[in-house]
Amino acid sequence: MSELVKLTKKDFESDQEVRWCPGCGDYSILATVQRFLPSLDIPKENHVVISGIGCSSRFPYYMNTYGFHTIHGRAPALATGVKLVNPDLHVWLITGDGDALSIGGNHFIHLLRRNVDLTVLLFNNRIYGLTKGQYSPTSEVGKKTKSTPYGSVDEPVDPVSLALGAKATFIARASAVDAKGLTAVLEQAAAHKGTSFVEIFQNCNVFNDGAFKDFDERAVRNERQLHVEHGKPLIFGAELDKGIALDGFNPKIVSTKNGSADQILTYDKNSKILAQILASLSFPEFPVPMGVLYQEERSAYDTAVTEQVAQAKQRQGEGKLSDLLNSGDTWTVN
Amino acid sequence: MENTQTERKELVSAAIRFAGDSGDGMQVTGARFTHESARLGNDLATRPDFPAEIRAPAGTIGGVSAFQIHFGSTEVFTAGDDLDALIAMNPAALKANVKDLKQNGILICNTDSFTEKNLIKAHLEENPLDQDAISTKYNLISVPITTLTHEALSELELPKSAIERCKNFFALGIICWMYGRGVKETSEWVERKFKSKPEIAKANKLALEGGMAFAEASEAFSTVFEVPKAKLAQGTYKNITGNQGLAHGLIAASVKAGVPLVYAGYPITPASDILHEISRYKNFGVTTFQAEDEIAACCAAIGASYAGGLGVTGSSGPGILLKQEALALAAVVELPLVVVNVQRAGPSTGMPTKTEQADLLQSLYGRNSDCPVVVLAIASPDDSFDTSYLAAKIALEHMVPVILLSDGYVGNGSQPWLIPDESSLSEISPKFAQTDSAEAFQPYQRDEETLARAWSIPGMKGLEHRVGGLEKQDITGNISYDPDNHQRMTYLRAEKVKRVANTYPKTEVSGADSGELLVVSWGGTHGAVAGAVAEEQKAGRSVSHLHLRYINPLPNDLEQVLSRFKKILVPELNSGQLSLILNAHFDLNLTAYNKVQGQPFKISEIQQQIQNLIR
Ligand SMILES: Cc1ncc(C[n+]2csc(CCOP(=O)(O)OP(=O)(O)O)c2C)c(N)n1
Ligand code: SF4
Ligand SMILES: [Mg+2]
Repeated sequence: MSELVKLTKKDFESDQEVRWCPGCGDYSILATVQRFLPSLDIPKENHVVISGIGCSSRFPYYMNTYGFHTIHGRAPALATGVKLVNPDLHVWLITGDGDALSIGGNHFIHLLRRNVDLTVLLFNNRIYGLTKGQYSPTSEVGKKTKSTPYGSVDEPVDPVSLALGAKATFIARASAVDAKGLTAVLEQAAAHKGTSFVEIFQNCNVFNDGAFKDFDERAVRNERQLHVEHGKPLIFGAELDKGIALDGFNPKIVSTKNGSADQILTYDKNSKILAQILASLSFPEFPVPMGVLYQEERSAYDTAVTEQVAQAKQRQGEGKLSDLLNSGDTWTVN
Repeated sequence: MENTQTERKELVSAAIRFAGDSGDGMQVTGARFTHESARLGNDLATRPDFPAEIRAPAGTIGGVSAFQIHFGSTEVFTAGDDLDALIAMNPAALKANVKDLKQNGILICNTDSFTEKNLIKAHLEENPLDQDAISTKYNLISVPITTLTHEALSELELPKSAIERCKNFFALGIICWMYGRGVKETSEWVERKFKSKPEIAKANKLALEGGMAFAEASEAFSTVFEVPKAKLAQGTYKNITGNQGLAHGLIAASVKAGVPLVYAGYPITPASDILHEISRYKNFGVTTFQAEDEIAACCAAIGASYAGGLGVTGSSGPGILLKQEALALAAVVELPLVVVNVQRAGPSTGMPTKTEQADLLQSLYGRNSDCPVVVLAIASPDDSFDTSYLAAKIALEHMVPVILLSDGYVGNGSQPWLIPDESSLSEISPKFAQTDSAEAFQPYQRDEETLARAWSIPGMKGLEHRVGGLEKQDITGNISYDPDNHQRMTYLRAEKVKRVANTYPKTEVSGADSGELLVVSWGGTHGAVAGAVAEEQKAGRSVSHLHLRYINPLPNDLEQVLSRFKKILVPELNSGQLSLILNAHFDLNLTAYNKVQGQPFKISEIQQQIQNLIR
């Protein structure tokens, strides 16, 4: 049995020089993850960090674990293959908004519906960083970039709604600038059996600076974000004086003070309907929901596949090569 | 009723084809006839011809399904050029197939189905059975098969449709009688197959026996053609398709190497059967993954290899294109991977059910930048086990992607396969990294002989390292943009592939070691070329045959072998791809012979080419 040497943040730092732009949001995510991992008490060699392509996808090189920097958009498929051989590995899938939602959109959907047991950290900076600043599938309509000098005209995708539609079993949102909130989400994501999907708002200070500042900066955070907690009322505001209630099927903001407090919804992370309502809240009309937005228990794909193999062995007996070769209609020539 | 004038005639071989509507059970009929012939000891080769449409309207040309078998008392190289006999269950089947029947060949038609309605469906203005063109050119035997099946089954109380579903076995009974083979195996098979439906089992057996009895009694069938058993090597055999053999080879390699097989695919004709076949063997610890697309399938296979499995993905041409980016990743991260390409006629969707061998250049050069991989090609259904086993062995021992080429003709065709003894399979010894080494682990440290890096698998303590598609620094595997390093790594990757040739056996030719003409084949054209060369050698021509299993790297001794012949003939089912490669590498007097019709070569076509080149 492995000796329980307590690991530290340092143990998870590789010897490679970190090459993101100074001030990039990726740094704080890296530091938060490295600080968080020792708490899991999982030997380093059992962590595998797998990424696609993008600034964010350089992440594995900086982690002193097993790491695989794959190709653009395909990390979910590659990670699925890893888990099929060894479901016990702790896999972290690092991806960007372009990587996961554009070129890799198909794999992302199928990863979620299969519920492969791993954690996805989607660094959403609403821009293509590595290719130097084209708009991405999460960029807002009208985004002016090098490839859209007149402004983009296509509607962005909402990662959380997409994940819900793809039947993800764990959906959370966090921000690179809120290490505490991100750590809390990572804890629950790591404990979840199945695909844990975490969207992380990440500022690209070079090509999309301030993308989240309207609701992400410390000064406005409480007022403009809704931190959900299972079993607790959906309240927010600097004074915790506002809550989310329903007007028919539609969400509305009510005050905690004027007698409408009992209308405020209590959060249930297992309710898909509530998650869908939260996903529909659009800023600035509503605060931005953060935290674990949805969770359900469903058998993980890799577990189910491995069980099927084990069952087949039990039912048919461990396969013998000579039986395979001699199966079917055979005849002998003397 | 005994037909007393039965004559017995011995044949060296015969090629026959069962053709009918998709619903007429022609594939089963052919498979059963194949089995009876195999049990009699004939050598044989088969070739199914599936309709292009899934459920084309009954009676139309698009719905014709056929199964061809060539069986003989000497070595059988292909499923046969021209047919000695054709069984046509309806007008469309006759129309689509009769051109392949030899002059005076036996043509058995189910007259009951030559109704006006069916003639219209087959776009025939007149009944061909009434036309001189058919009855004078061929030995036409008209049999009301449907009516006779009803008569044979009259004692059973079955619905009309169930009775008529037995007419293929009535036809099978006729043919088995005609070629002097029994129906015992088939009767037993029927018993097993319809164990839970004794009525149906009985009906099929009655039809089979009815067909035999009818042929025996009928004046029209006066000759029994005997095809004696062939001299086959001793041992246990089974009939195997190329796709099945390939699946068996991969599973065997996984068991021998002690590495779990993960086969990832996305359905595509004609490769899907490999996925179907492997998915049946979960108790061997194999995993199959039907991915969301071919890209995902290839990536999942790479992930599987990264985690210590034998990652294999399979597809056909269009799907292989999608895998190329991932294939290049596998080449750079230097992990084992087998990519199976069961080639079909293209480009684009092309003719999915038809065969071709036109993805050779795609395999060699289909990736960005300098990215050689190992390329092997399967020669025939009975070679598919050995070559796929070898592909897996090379991938695992050399830490390299291997493209394994098959084609629709090989994949769907079948041959008797001499089942190897488990102990005769060569060992497969992947080299794993050492977890207890005193020195720091270097992921790109190489084996001196093969240049393969050691396999270090997540979960191995102390070997944590990063890999990826960015250029690697030699030895450490860290990212490097150093110009000299890039050149060194490009050459190292190429040299690693090249050194695989050091493991090849000596290149053999069949026939004399030197002479006027060498016919060089690769892949599924092996049979036609071997058959043609054997015939021409018998006729006294100075011709030999070299079949290439190893496409990349080419064998080290290939140039020597080629140089001993004055002329080289390269027949291919493409527009000259191997010819291009051979001409690029060697100084040869080479003639290319190319056919791109979606059909395999006929032996006679190759013979003609040989005769054109040498007197
Ligand atoms: C097949 C392929 N197409 C295009 C690219 C170029 N490319 C690299 S990263 C990238 C976009 C990355 O954006 P995102 O996923 O949002 O990551 P970020 O850099 O913003 O972290 C693109 C288009 C590529 N590497 N591979
Ligand atoms: S381009 Fe943007 S996302 Fe990429 S490293 Fe620089 S700041 Fe970060
Ligand atoms: Mg981005």
